[in-house]
Amino acid sequence: MTRSINLRAGVLSLALLAAILLIWQVAVSGTAKTEAMDPEYAALMGQTATTGKSAMPGPLDVAETMWRHLKDPFYDRGPNDKGIGIQLAYSVGRVALGYGLAVIVAIPVGFLIGMSPLMSRALDPYIQILKPVSPLAWMPLALYTIKDSSLSAIFVIFICSVWPMLINTVFGVASTRKEWLNVARTLEVGPIRRAFTVILPAAAPTILTGMRISIGIAWLVIVAAEMLVGGTGIGYFVWNEWNNLSITNVITSILVIGLVGMVLDQLLARAQRLVTFPE
Amino acid sequence: MSTLLPFVRRAQAAPDPAAGTHRMSNSEKFISIEGIARRYPAPGAKTTTIFENLWLPMRRGEFVCMIGHSGCGKTTVLNILAGLEAPSEGAVIVDGQAIAGTSLDRAVIFQGHALLPWRTVLGNVAYAVSSRWRKAPKAEIEARAKKAIATVGLAGSEHKRPSELSGGMKQRVGIARALSIEPKILLMDEPFSALDALTRGTLQDEVRRICVETGQTVFMITHDVDEAIYLADRIVLMTNGPEAKVAEIVENPLPKDRDRTQLHHAPGYYALRNHLIDFLVSRSRTLRDAMPEGYDPRHPPVVRPSLSEADAAAITTDSLARRA
Repeated sequence: MTRSINLRAGVLSLALLAAILLIWQVAVSGTAKTEAMDPEYAALMGQTATTGKSAMPGPLDVAETMWRHLKDPFYDRGPNDKGIGIQLAYSVGRVALGYGLAVIVAIPVGFLIGMSPLMSRALDPYIQILKPVSPLAWMPLALYTIKDSSLSAIFVIFICSVWPMLINTVFGVASTRKEWLNVARTLEVGPIRRAFTVILPAAAPTILTGMRISIGIAWLVIVAAEMLVGGTGIGYFVWNEWNNLSITNVITSILVIGLVGMVLDQLLARAQRLVTFPE
Repeated sequence: MSTLLPFVRRAQAAPDPAAGTHRMSNSEKFISIEGIARRYPAPGAKTTTIFENLWLPMRRGEFVCMIGHSGCGKTTVLNILAGLEAPSEGAVIVDGQAIAGTSLDRAVIFQGHALLPWRTVLGNVAYAVSSRWRKAPKAEIEARAKKAIATVGLAGSEHKRPSELSGGMKQRVGIARALSIEPKILLMDEPFSALDALTRGTLQDEVRRICVETGQTVFMITHDVDEAIYLADRIVLMTNGPEAKVAEIVENPLPKDRDRTQLHHAPGYYALRNHLIDFLVSRSRTLRDAMPEGYDPRHPPVVRPSLSEADAAAITTDSLARRA
């Protein structure tokens, strides 16, 4: 039964894809009425003006561009012409750095806060106020203090990843089952061994949930941050292609951003399954 | 007259003068609960007293069951013995020393098994063993853990995780974990209450066998009268809470070598069972409201309902005749 539902879902997905592509193709392939114009002007304006062809690329154009990018993802012809693979690598690298820093800070700090009800209450207002701030609002402050646009982007990733991880770590640590803590107490387990052998494994699924939320947010934010700081990265690539009016490249980037985001999310989902044990 | 006899017999089962005068000497006391109280703050700057001035001695190698209704503070008494909670007043002396906090000498078998789900059966038991013998090599820890697992009949399941085990098997792991650290005292908080009747029976057999073989001192809380009769040497009856008291300590007259399946044929079984059930049904309430004259919380009355029905009938008619 599950097999047949998987099969049917697959067929339905493909049918939807075919329908979307068809509608897309039909929508952009028509030509509109054009007015007579000066031939020189027409040559300058291209098909959009002369034959009334839509400026939106069709699925075949996008597929062709995508194939061109995938065939040679790592070429580098100067600052404004780099392969999509290089741009993605820059973005993933920034996310990895900012996110890694956030892990290093949020998990130990969250652990300490979670173990102490006093700290938990004292720091709660700060977390509650800073958490909803859009990470891009930190950008001017980061640029002013760090004075380096690339580092500022990393800082923005850090600041947006840190909150979900911190909050989930605090919650996971604070809600460790009392029974398990009592087991450790009756066995006279010291505080450090208890933290690593009882609290950390007990809180791990909740911590991983926070990490999964964070990576999603970080990947959302990096595109916007790179549009602001410029230079390299997939966000900059999108903006640059918009300036070039290359809609095919913009659509290609959207698909690639989505794919990478999905891979990052699935990696953490897998990690989460590894640390979750049913009782 | 014959219809009245059962009631008279039950009255006869009240304090046995011989048992009552026998007080445990200080040298006999392995554990001594001395005047402990537990109070919680209640709304309106008041305090609720769960129990106070509670005294209870236990001998080495003795199996003591505590029976009482919910809210009488049984679990609190156990937690104080374990060191998980501190008494508001009083102290607990174990082996001549007042306890402070938890100790590896007092192992707890929790009501809800409390296994760590991320560890295997072996991992759970080895965790306890490595806490007891911190410097021991890995091989020794594993050997000790495996021995404890075999004792509870789980050999072959060492590498399963708790989620792959049935409720009874999980509780067996809990017992193995407690036994593996060779504690001086085993504390059990309704260990079998979540199990089905069949599994409960087999586990009671296992626990009884292990405790008799190793001479373990055990303090156990239960709601189950038959469980108490089968396992305990002495049964502590608590009145209803709040302000619960030890109403009496019932000495189990049944022989040490008990057979669970034949227990209900043993002489004195029904006298004991009826005594306990009467207590739970009515006396646990009436005694809370009014303790009998001369009740001394330091030395709660010791009762030994040792009479079979036939014996009881003979004795009551005898004493009635004498009185007349």
